[in-house]
Amino acid sequence: MRMYEISKEPIEIQAVIDKVVQREAGAITTFIGTVRELTHGKKTLFLIYEAYEAMAVKKLEQIGAEIEECWAGSQVAITHRVGRLDITDIAVVIAVSTPHRADAYEANRYAIERIKEIVPIWKKEHWEDGESWMGNQLETVSYPSGKPEEGDLDE
Amino acid sequence: MNKVLFFAHLRDAVGAEYLTLDAGGKTVAELKDELVEKYDLPRMETVMTAINEEFASNDEVIRDGDEIAFIPPVSGG
Repeated sequence: MRMYEISKEPIEIQAVIDKVVQREAGAITTFIGTVRELTHGKKTLFLIYEAYEAMAVKKLEQIGAEIEECWAGSQVAITHRVGRLDITDIAVVIAVSTPHRADAYEANRYAIERIKEIVPIWKKEHWEDGESWMGNQLETVSYPSGKPEEGDLDE
Repeated sequence: MNKVLFFAHLRDAVGAEYLTLDAGGKTVAELKDELVEKYDLPRMETVMTAINEEFASNDEVIRDGDEIAFIPPVSGG
């Protein structure tokens, strides 16, 4: 069973959840990331997601390993979609099971925040009046040494 | 030889998904500078680098056969 996947096809939510079902779990949290129409008042028509697939899978595995180390007894499954996505389509599904519910919520939140930091996936927004790759529009992120530093990844 | 991969806005700038070139013995920074010069790559100071699918720093030396990828700030999720 592949717990971490990049998918060109629509994500089947239940299939991701099923991967983390375990007898020791008292909770499963599911995060479903969807394509939003309005961002700061600007209307998105559709998105294109692109991934460096081999590395993206490795980085998702790394996130899973971090979670399993931090939250005892947790199991994680993540599928991220690539290709063209329309408004309301599902971009990512994260399922985390843990013995107790608080950990399941926390660990799931950790997973999505980490995806936004270290997993090589990019989205291109298409609007009525143009298109742009997202991620550095404000140029608020820079990596003087060429890779993320400790502090960049600890949030 | 080395396969050098580009993504997102860098792919648009280079006009190719990857280039095959000889980067063996160069540092990541040296290769970056060379490509910036040649392709006028924008915002390279925000771009991370991966060698063989793992993040690498600017002073790392590239070996023959390594797969290099330039990783603009990510926007998945």
